[in-house]
Amino acid sequence: MNGPRPRDLKPEPQIPNFPMPAPAQTRVIFKHIDEPGYTNDIECYLRHGGYETLKKAVQRPPAELIDEVKKSGLRGRGGAGFPCGVKWGLVDRKSGKPIYLIVNADESEPGTFKDRYIIHQDPHQLIEGTMIACFANNVKQAYIYIRGEMPEGARILERAIAEAKAKGFVGQNILGTGYSCEIYVHRGAGAYICGEETGLIESLEGKRANPRIKPPYFPAVLGLYQCPTIVNNVETLCHVRHIADIGGEAYSKTGTPNNTGTRIFCVSGHVQRPGYYEFEAGKITMGQLLYDVCGGPLPGRTFKAVIPGGSSAKVLRFGERYKGKRKVGSEMVDYDWGVEDVPMDFDSLAMIGSMGGSGGVIVMDDTVNMVEALANINAFYSHESCGQCTPCREGSLWMKKISSRMVHGAARKEDAALLKGVADQIPGRTICAFGEACSWPTQSFLIKFKDEFEAYAEAKKTLPADRRQLV
Amino acid sequence: MNLKPETFQRIDEVITHYPVKRSATLPLLHLVQEDAGYISEEAILWIAQKLEIQPINVLEVVTFYPMFRRAPIGRRHIKVCRTLSCALLGGYKTCETFQQEFNTTLGAVSPDGEVTVDFVECLASCGTAPVVLIDEVLHEKVDVAKAKELSAQIRAEAAARK
Repeated sequence: MNGPRPRDLKPEPQIPNFPMPAPAQTRVIFKHIDEPGYTNDIECYLRHGGYETLKKAVQRPPAELIDEVKKSGLRGRGGAGFPCGVKWGLVDRKSGKPIYLIVNADESEPGTFKDRYIIHQDPHQLIEGTMIACFANNVKQAYIYIRGEMPEGARILERAIAEAKAKGFVGQNILGTGYSCEIYVHRGAGAYICGEETGLIESLEGKRANPRIKPPYFPAVLGLYQCPTIVNNVETLCHVRHIADIGGEAYSKTGTPNNTGTRIFCVSGHVQRPGYYEFEAGKITMGQLLYDVCGGPLPGRTFKAVIPGGSSAKVLRFGERYKGKRKVGSEMVDYDWGVEDVPMDFDSLAMIGSMGGSGGVIVMDDTVNMVEALANINAFYSHESCGQCTPCREGSLWMKKISSRMVHGAARKEDAALLKGVADQIPGRTICAFGEACSWPTQSFLIKFKDEFEAYAEAKKTLPADRRQLV
Repeated sequence: MNLKPETFQRIDEVITHYPVKRSATLPLLHLVQEDAGYISEEAILWIAQKLEIQPINVLEVVTFYPMFRRAPIGRRHIKVCRTLSCALLGGYKTCETFQQEFNTTLGAVSPDGEVTVDFVECLASCGTAPVVLIDEVLHEKVDVAKAKELSAQIRAEAAARK
């Protein structure tokens, strides 16, 4: 805090609010997605300047590349938003053990579907980014851990790796530099928890994907086969390629400070034009995204709620105001936002009590029964809990049972409070962040839509026959 | 273990991808399941021996991951996404339609042996909800009408085969 200062000396920088028209998309990572005539083979990629960045990168000292990524301010795109350069900086390089890199392509956070398109339509962008990251970190073996439910994606990646290998971009003696690195594709088998990095590592070791406790099992020190390991999201590695191309300094000037580069938003649910959209981070508000870019609500409907960063992010309610103070430059300024006014970046969404997460925006309109929606989400998390920590295993199951019985006409008066009570006892008491992920929906639904939950229990109502089925 | 020669070949190849054999557990299970249709007791014992681990190490993996199954399923596998974005746009109706079309229930083999309909969690294609994965092909925006179309197509293919 800077002490009292007349705030009006420095006016709040203009943040474009709905209903001004949305800025144009800045397609960097999705530059070629859906481009007519663009194919996923290496010849097409090379025609579009592919692997030129890798050629330049392998001529530079690896430490310089790590520095570029640090300078860029790139934050991981998997959900947590952890700075990528810091992650790389934590890698234990003195142990003498090999360093592994794992591409986290286990895209499974409900509402998120960006990596699918990169893998299917532009796999070489990912492979080039992966090889740059491997070279920068002296990695000799990389694995792409892809969801089991994407068999076609796995085949495309395998073919792309073989093509890149034939051209000398992957494998032995890359581009004649003497540096060698292999990439293999490893398929998961339908478990959401494999997206958690230590669970993913266990899975890659051929075991149940039970996440490991930190400390001591920080992947940067004790990861795959107890060796230092980097786990990066697909989109993150595509950004690495872009950073190596234009430089960390130039990259850091895009987006907003602390939320650099572009962000891909995956919009699904009740909007006119669901889909994927790429914008400079922090330059677009929720209102612009949903009304202008996605065409607003379906005919005759109004927006009711939105989950801004994958289904575990806390729900936001339309019509509610979010007030507080935030830092702009070195100043603290007041903000008073409706959901529509919130800039779609990690920090702003965290400020209003939710998160940017993986960029999966799920929209619900006024036809949605929030108890049903929560029961749907709870069914997901109880199915996906790995089961090793009691609060999560039992808690997620009971949240599902309670919300489900409410929907099916057996709601009890105490259910709303009971649900919240169960949810409140999970976070912070589990090995991995799944504990938070599974309790946040229940906690936030119960706070934001308390009226609906309490009325539901009192009326013990069963749903009409033509109900929108979510459970 | 009775598998196609190319499956054995791919198994030997995939083991070389890892410095520790046990890592090949999931790939081997996928390869065996694709070839044999499901993971039998014999397959568990065989994989354990192949990777020099205990049978329980394989079994615990089979029971943990939803994609591995211990019993045969219908000729075609219809996986309907159950999760929120698909449900918001009618995923439950889509799933019901497939069950009605093949006169079957969730997880069971249909009476004609043609399909098994399953409800699965998020298939990561929420922008084109509701989505359905039939064997290895993703179908998008599968409303009731499209589910009926796809069912007719499956039946036609079955008839042509006979």
